[in-house]
Amino acid sequence: MVTLQALDPPKAVPKLIEDLTLLDEVSARTAGVSRLEMCIQCGTCGGSCPSSADMDHTPRMLFAMLRAGMREDSLKSNTPWICVSCYHCVVRCPQNVHIADVMYTLKGMAIEAKLFRDSTAPDFSQTFVDMVEEYGRGFEFGLATRHYLKHFPLRLPSMAPMGLGLLSKKRMTITPKRIKGIKQLKAILKRAKEVEGDSHG
Amino acid sequence: MAKYLFYPGCSMESSAKAYSDSLMAVAGPIGLELEEVEDWNCCGATEYLGISLTPAYALISRNLALASKQANGNRTVVAPCSACYLNLAKADYYMQEQPKLGVMVNEALKAGGLSYKPGTLSIRHLLDVMVYDIGLDTIKSKVVRPLTGLRVAPYLGCMVPRPDYENRWSDHEYPIELDLLLNALGAEVIDFPLKTHCCGGHMPHIGPDTAFELIRRLISSAATYETDIMATLCPMCQMNLDAYQGETNRHFGTNYHMPVVFFTQLMGLAFGLDPKDIGFGSELVSARKALNKVGLEAPELVEAAPARPRKAEGLPMPRPLPTRGPQRAKKDEVAK
Repeated sequence: MVTLQALDPPKAVPKLIEDLTLLDEVSARTAGVSRLEMCIQCGTCGGSCPSSADMDHTPRMLFAMLRAGMREDSLKSNTPWICVSCYHCVVRCPQNVHIADVMYTLKGMAIEAKLFRDSTAPDFSQTFVDMVEEYGRGFEFGLATRHYLKHFPLRLPSMAPMGLGLLSKKRMTITPKRIKGIKQLKAILKRAKEVEGDSHG
Repeated sequence: MAKYLFYPGCSMESSAKAYSDSLMAVAGPIGLELEEVEDWNCCGATEYLGISLTPAYALISRNLALASKQANGNRTVVAPCSACYLNLAKADYYMQEQPKLGVMVNEALKAGGLSYKPGTLSIRHLLDVMVYDIGLDTIKSKVVRPLTGLRVAPYLGCMVPRPDYENRWSDHEYPIELDLLLNALGAEVIDFPLKTHCCGGHMPHIGPDTAFELIRRLISSAATYETDIMATLCPMCQMNLDAYQGETNRHFGTNYHMPVVFFTQLMGLAFGLDPKDIGFGSELVSARKALNKVGLEAPELVEAAPARPRKAEGLPMPRPLPTRGPQRAKKDEVAK
């Protein structure tokens, strides 16, 4: 005999109020005033994008997903990683959404949540940043060798002439250049990371 | 003499040395005095912004802080690189638009004994300063070897004309400043439709297929217009179009040979300077034909090493394709 208590409790009434926590979070973590909530879904961004063909979602679609609170899907999307920061969408957006900067925010959030599908782009950014944090300047040779050995070993033979060309024409050096104030820079970045951590708990 | 603070950026010391050399060579004649920001650091390019907000802006802002300390009455910082220009301008602008960012950045700067009040400096690109401060008349007056008959495609790329926080350019998508400058040098300027389209940015290292397609579009469009040489103002654009042109050709089975140089190199040519003093010869896709067209010989920076004879025995190994260096060019001519 089944008692009343053993029955499943009634299903929760679907939430009718929009849950904008994801949209708000992305907005708050974007430099400047993102105006993300102003998106009217016109699609000018995707239509202006030179690399949208390679994207999982056009920026318009991605922004709708953020509004819908689809955290995992939107952070897994390859869209921010395919964005080439050309700012075509930014100057054409009728609502002045800071689209390119929102893409940067989404990259950072995807790295934090480890939700990217392909590590090539995050690794490239991280390697670049590691070099800069170590020397204070970019270090192309170190960056290129570390990155290409890991992610594009098969491209190396076809890239060798280019690499040698850059080296022999003195357009790339094999020794990094360190700034004088590297200690100062490291102190600044250390504090910046603490401040950033505090700002989103 | 117009005096400015100067933020060169990392590329100017390495991959874009031709830009640096040619800029320093033409700065004197046009009365442009550049004072380098002492001990500047990398701006983070397009990489740090995608990792973490405050550290990225703190990295950029250390430069703003150093520059404002050094300013001494002149508060314009000139950057020749697109990404550097945009990052410096962006940090300054966003810290004003959203003061909270400025507070966070200054909290970080304090750890290094620095501070920056947003809005103190004015961040401008080199081309902007040349066209609007120095002026086309001054530039024109220094031309002793007009680039008559040289078909030049002006190529600005993305980050100089866009997003353009201070509305400095004639247009965000089709600005004419670079066209006017090249015109003042006597060149035959092509109305290049893709002049502010993307070179692929960092995509050659991340999604090569995306990058190759963007590079192909630009090169093939320029070739359609019978361009002799492309003139750019961005180290990244020059790198992608020049250094990755070979890989792009192999990817699509095309055979483009489009030299890409910095606009300051063409200024140097028109001012009568020696091509080897203004970075010619350092491009991977040789500008020899373009130089010949204005009656000059191309300098050979490096002698191509003789190919090592291969032993008959041993396993077959993949050989790198020959570069489009002088040897290949000679072979091409013999073939013709």
